[in-house]
Amino acid sequence: MSSESENAVELRGVTFKRGSRAIFENVDIQIPRGKVTAIMGPSGCGKTTLLRLIGAQLMPSSGGVWVNGMNLPELSRSELFDMRKQMGVLFQSGALFTDLDVFENVAFPLRVHTKLPEEMIRDIVLMKLQAVGLRGAIELMPDELSGGMKRRVALARAIALDPQILMYDEPFVGQDPIAMGVLVRMIRLLNDALGITSIVVSHDLAETASIADFIYVVGDAKVLGFGTPEELMNSEDPQIHQFMKGTPDGPVPFHFPAPDYRTDLLGQG
Amino acid sequence: MRKTSSLERLRRLGAAGIDVVGSLGRSTIFLLRAVFGRGGLGNGFNLLVKQLFFVGVLSLPIIVVAGLFIGMVLALQGYNILVDYGSEQAVGQMVALTLLRELGPVVTGLLFAGRAGSALTAEIGNMKSTEQLSSLEMIGVDPLKYIIAPRLWAGFISMPLLAAIFSVVGIWGGAMVAVDWLGVYDGSFWANMQNSVEFGEDVLNGMIKSVVFAFVVTWIAVFQGYDCDPTSEGISRATTRTVVYASLAVLGLDFILTALMFGDF
Repeated sequence: MSSESENAVELRGVTFKRGSRAIFENVDIQIPRGKVTAIMGPSGCGKTTLLRLIGAQLMPSSGGVWVNGMNLPELSRSELFDMRKQMGVLFQSGALFTDLDVFENVAFPLRVHTKLPEEMIRDIVLMKLQAVGLRGAIELMPDELSGGMKRRVALARAIALDPQILMYDEPFVGQDPIAMGVLVRMIRLLNDALGITSIVVSHDLAETASIADFIYVVGDAKVLGFGTPEELMNSEDPQIHQFMKGTPDGPVPFHFPAPDYRTDLLGQG
Repeated sequence: MRKTSSLERLRRLGAAGIDVVGSLGRSTIFLLRAVFGRGGLGNGFNLLVKQLFFVGVLSLPIIVVAGLFIGMVLALQGYNILVDYGSEQAVGQMVALTLLRELGPVVTGLLFAGRAGSALTAEIGNMKSTEQLSSLEMIGVDPLKYIIAPRLWAGFISMPLLAAIFSVVGIWGGAMVAVDWLGVYDGSFWANMQNSVEFGEDVLNGMIKSVVFAFVVTWIAVFQGYDCDPTSEGISRATTRTVVYASLAVLGLDFILTALMFGDF
């Protein structure tokens, strides 16, 4: 895969295990360049693990993870850190640096990776914070922000270096309706305006489907389905249908595997 | 209760052994990458100064107070014993040698593990649990260089200096009790000390001990934070392990170093 190929990210035959439990078993995923691709699936199916595999924070047990033409498991430690400069990640918790204020958090990647003058760093930080609606919070410390505000600051930090690939881990959790609407539009806008590749891991079906070009549904350690939101909405596959319609009855169990309920209650185990 | 078979006990013992070896291997690679790994940061000196303040300067009060009291107690106990033999003039020599050879490095190591070591573990563990370390990695910054290395060097540099301060304050406390309160002639107190304390044998050996303790305590503290389970319980256990392992390491190494330095082998 060259760095100019149509897929920004490709997982080829990836198997990832925690102990003896397979989180992914021989999975193939292609993330098209310049598109918004959503990764969806039931809780605990490994969506965040997938993001960590793409960011090379976890290494697959077997298979290849190709990002911009480079197979991550084959890169050295320093090459990995160089490669990550092309990526931005919005973590679920925001992961702001607690000893730095909002301004310094957003300025951090610029200070570490560029030699820009202070005035330019200030201008860029103000622009990024204006984009997420938090320019007025410039002097606040992370512990003075709500959970939703922390993630918006983290988004400003993630786009500070204008990355080629932007990954969002549950970006809509804990956002009020106004912030949610702005964030949904912003993900699409950033993707189209900057020509970047966006990967969104989310449970929020309606919001995610409204901006995603393609959706992967993962579960049972494999890819259950792939397609545009419309294709998946109209899918006849019972697993996809159950997930996209959010029905409790179907092949995807709501309950974690457990012994017989009656036997458990009566203590006859 | 289910009985554990001897085969199961053997399996657990083996698993525990593998865990220990694995942990030693991980911590060695961790140390080598943090100290000798390629690619430094431009503002590394600023990070080091900041950590020297947190690890070293903020440990000063406990070191000074502990040094003062231990010096005072040494003088008091030493005087009570030596006076029976009419040798109370040697109390200065006893206080100085005890502090420089043993108590300075050892007590500083133990206090450093309790104050700075536990704080380092908790801080790094908390950064891990709040994904700040992951976040650094994804920004393209190696946390071993940005977070771990400055803390390691700050520990390596500050602890020997704290041990020296501990000994100086302890000697001053000893002089206060022996000379000012108990009436030992100050000329004898200081002259005996000067005559008996040798730079190479006592001061230098004490400094070597404190350098070794600094290395081990700081290494244990930062590794436990970096390697902990990223949960409240995991951080709590890691902090406890830091204090226990570091304290035992200081005491064990002290015996080995003392045997090598002062034992006639």
